[in-house]
Amino acid sequence: VPRNYDPALHPFEVPREYTRALNATKLERVFAKPFLSSLDGHRDGVNCMAKHPKSLSTVLSGACDGEVKIWNLTRRQCIRTIQAHEGFVRGMCARFCGTSFFTVGDDKTVKQWKMESPEYGEEEEPIHTILGKTVYTGIDHHWKEAVFATCGPQVDIWDEQRTSPMCSLTWGFDSISSVKFNPIETYLLGSCASDRNIVLYDMRKSTPLKKVILNMRTNTLCWNPMEAFIFTAANEDYNLYTFDMRFLESPVTVHMDHVSAVLDVDYSPTGKEFVSASFDKSVRIFPVDKGHSREVYHTKRMQHVITVKWTSDNKYILCGSDEMNIRLWKANASEKLGVLAPREKAAMNYNQKLKEKFQYHPQIRRIAQHRHLPKSIFCQIKEQRIMREARRRKELNRRKHSKPGSIPVVSERKKHIVAVVK
Amino acid sequence: GEKLVLSELLQPIRPKSALSSVKKELTRAKQKKAVELPLSKEEAKRVVREAAYVRTSKDVGKWQQVVLQNRRAEQLVFPLKQEIATVVPLEQMASAWKARTPLEQEIFGLLHKTQQPITDPLLTPEEAASLQAMSLEEARQRRAELQKARAVQSYYEAKARREKKIKSKKYHRVLKKSKRRKALKEFELLHKSDPEAALAKLEELEQLRMQERMSLKHQNKGKWARSRAIMAKYDLEARKAMQEQLARNKELTQKVRVELPEEEPGDAPEEDLASVTLPTIPAGASGANPWMLGKPSGPAEEPEVQESLGDIAVPGAAESKEEMEEEEVSEEEVSEEEALLQDFAQKRHMRQQRAGSPEGQGADETEAASELAGNSPIHPICAEEQASTGLEQPPQAQEEVLLSEQLGRVRTMEDVETLASEEHVEEQEQLAAARAEKPAAARAEKRVQQQEGGGAGDRRAKKLPAKKKKKMISLQAVLAGKSQEVQCPSLPVVMEEEEGGVDQRGVITEAFAGDDVVADFRREKRKAEEAGKPQPVNLVLPGWGEWGGTGLKPSTKKIKRFLLKPPPAPPRKDRHLPHVIISEKRNIHAAAHQVSELPFPFERHQQFEQSIRMPVGPTWNTQRAFQKLTAPRVVTRAGHIIQPISAEDV
Repeated sequence: VPRNYDPALHPFEVPREYTRALNATKLERVFAKPFLSSLDGHRDGVNCMAKHPKSLSTVLSGACDGEVKIWNLTRRQCIRTIQAHEGFVRGMCARFCGTSFFTVGDDKTVKQWKMESPEYGEEEEPIHTILGKTVYTGIDHHWKEAVFATCGPQVDIWDEQRTSPMCSLTWGFDSISSVKFNPIETYLLGSCASDRNIVLYDMRKSTPLKKVILNMRTNTLCWNPMEAFIFTAANEDYNLYTFDMRFLESPVTVHMDHVSAVLDVDYSPTGKEFVSASFDKSVRIFPVDKGHSREVYHTKRMQHVITVKWTSDNKYILCGSDEMNIRLWKANASEKLGVLAPREKAAMNYNQKLKEKFQYHPQIRRIAQHRHLPKSIFCQIKEQRIMREARRRKELNRRKHSKPGSIPVVSERKKHIVAVVK
Repeated sequence: GEKLVLSELLQPIRPKSALSSVKKELTRAKQKKAVELPLSKEEAKRVVREAAYVRTSKDVGKWQQVVLQNRRAEQLVFPLKQEIATVVPLEQMASAWKARTPLEQEIFGLLHKTQQPITDPLLTPEEAASLQAMSLEEARQRRAELQKARAVQSYYEAKARREKKIKSKKYHRVLKKSKRRKALKEFELLHKSDPEAALAKLEELEQLRMQERMSLKHQNKGKWARSRAIMAKYDLEARKAMQEQLARNKELTQKVRVELPEEEPGDAPEEDLASVTLPTIPAGASGANPWMLGKPSGPAEEPEVQESLGDIAVPGAAESKEEMEEEEVSEEEVSEEEALLQDFAQKRHMRQQRAGSPEGQGADETEAASELAGNSPIHPICAEEQASTGLEQPPQAQEEVLLSEQLGRVRTMEDVETLASEEHVEEQEQLAAARAEKPAAARAEKRVQQQEGGGAGDRRAKKLPAKKKKKMISLQAVLAGKSQEVQCPSLPVVMEEEEGGVDQRGVITEAFAGDDVVADFRREKRKAEEAGKPQPVNLVLPGWGEWGGTGLKPSTKKIKRFLLKPPPAPPRKDRHLPHVIISEKRNIHAAAHQVSELPFPFERHQQFEQSIRMPVGPTWNTQRAFQKLTAPRVVTRAGHIIQPISAEDV
């Protein structure tokens, strides 16, 4: 259709676009219905989850009673249940080819299972079982080779074919809670231990590289799948820290918004955002380069969220919580699911652009940022704000009343780092 | 007695001494320091770690560029590596699968019993056998043939399509003609070589002709033909097209005569004529003369038809006969209302003569109006009669025009060859006929005759539409049955002419005559200016220092003292802009929507304003630009797994 684009014929472009942006923002909030479904079936709290590397519709979960369930997300059903361990299933991971998966449990074993359900008449048995000397608290598989790593008192690197570890990496003596392979530079490993440190390892040299000690213990860490040297650590001090592994002296960003210990973190496959699960019964989504979350998910029934995963098509988020449910959320709360008509798509892009363009306008920002929170979180946020303010005030006062330069200004990023050990 | 010195004694020995190397080494050893203690285990580990860390950092650092690039990218499309989905062949799937459960086994057993193939090749033995029946050579040959045929067909199709696209009429005409000629030639050849076949073909042609005659094709019944018929009166092209169509029909329905030796050649024209006349009659009556259909009085139509029939049937007939017939027709028409009309006309004529006013050409309407104004108390019957004459007269005139057209056409079609020499004579005759027609019409209304002294054909044609309008108005008047409305049959015509002349602007100004926007705006601006002026502050307190109460005013001195005049306001920004009001009051409601401080990534407010000022919507941008401007930063595809970045992706 021919159109006359003469600006004289279409006046007031800024006010008109502003109105459109305002409407788009409002509509976004209207349509923000992120919760999709709850996968119930576990008989104890969900302790760990794993994504299938080749199938989007499959997800695995391990519970605190040693049960492992495999779910079909499209049908929202459990398709297989395995009593894998006695006691907790501490960790699980799928093999990179998607044919089998590994679990570690409180019963000091590492088990490898087939991804397919056993044939008719076959018994549900692991392919391999490795009996270790100590309890394993975490496991991760190499992204390209038949190698996996477990953690306990030390980090063990195993060949799939052998029953004893290829090498054990230790640096100090404490229980390591999580170990993760770098998905890009696959020889790199990161681990976090309960003595408040984060340690990096190199598998080629079978040596640790560096150690950062933070104020409080780090629960989990996760590598950015698009940026080889970036990882994020979920800390007990309610914050998440994004580090560049080359400059561990201070984190790149401190992400604060949670009001209780952060228990798990997982990156979106695009590497632009990550999702964190917290003890405060909420899930938050943070942009990698922002200090505050862009989204918070919670429901009345969701208890302490222990584990969280971002699906590999960048569309959904799964979280497993204490009250035995796995919940499926949209990664983008107001996104319309299903196929979009070209006009819809164009309108969506336009609205997105407008929101981005006018994001600094007070009304738009107010509407876009408004979230309803449960009272507990809301009150705690307020409380913590007051505490932070008090601390800041006190520091200011101290600085004011002491010799200039005697109380240095420490940036928020440096504040939480105790030491870097070479 | 010389003294012996030890060194002298030793001198010959020195260069050969085997101990010199030992000595050297001893001196060298003396220069070297002691070996350091080995590092402690911790220290050693630390060194290794440090070295490893430096190396790993360097290794990882090679991603720096990629990461920065991706962070800055306008748009990232995930998954980075676009992989093409491959379809696993059925055989592979089937071969990997084995029946295990009893049900599956049972099904498999059944399948095996019927020898249904499960794995590659997916052919039953029968199919395989049938495949083997044709040898490879044969199959190839056949395939080649088929290929060739298909190719030829496609060429032909392409050619036909191309030829069909040619728009030139001349080309098609020539093509058709050549085809016809070719067919004729072929037929002749056939006639010579195989009379039997020729006869059969003739028979076929006859069949075709019959079909054509039965069908309504190429007649005047189609939508197109009817539209042409309506247009024919005004448009020479349409007329020509109609004629062509009729000729076509004639041609198609003509009986094919092949001069077989036993037949008479003389018969043909007569039969021909007979066959032609039949279909053309309705064409002449209803097709070419749509006015007849709408005419209220029926009887006038039939004689006309007859007349035209006669004309066409006997094309060679003299024009004199025509004239006679027309006269007859007009007389017949008149005869019905003759008594009344003539009576009335005579009366009116008398009246006119009495008035003795000289009448100019085309003063018909004005005259009528003046007449009516002159004697206002008209007898109702008289008025009605007048109307009826108005009703009667114009169709007749139209008929005349149409008829003349028809006649002319028929003549040109058929008699051009025979009567080529008599053309000028005919023209004269036509003129005469036209002259002869006038008295016939004038008998119905003598006034018209009076006015049209010269009787030029084109002038009549010009007048015709006006008359038509008049007729319609008068019809209404008749229906209403009021004498007043009859009074002004000519007025609407004038009105319409005037309306045509009035332009858009005039209409608009007329419609908005009441409100003067400009003046309103000026008033508003003045008001705004007044309101914008700073008001003097009145601090006068009545009763202070003097008497106060109802009816008492503070003294002028006091007022002068306590009325504070503010300094004059700065000049208005719109003082030089007569058509603009600039309000400099800050709107609180708008302020709530405005950005109060410069947001973070911007360094100057101009930058920020720039970013806001540029519209991105489709209202202000072309489609392409809009798409470009609103392209999302991250694009993901539904149902695609996004793998971590790898060295191959970069």
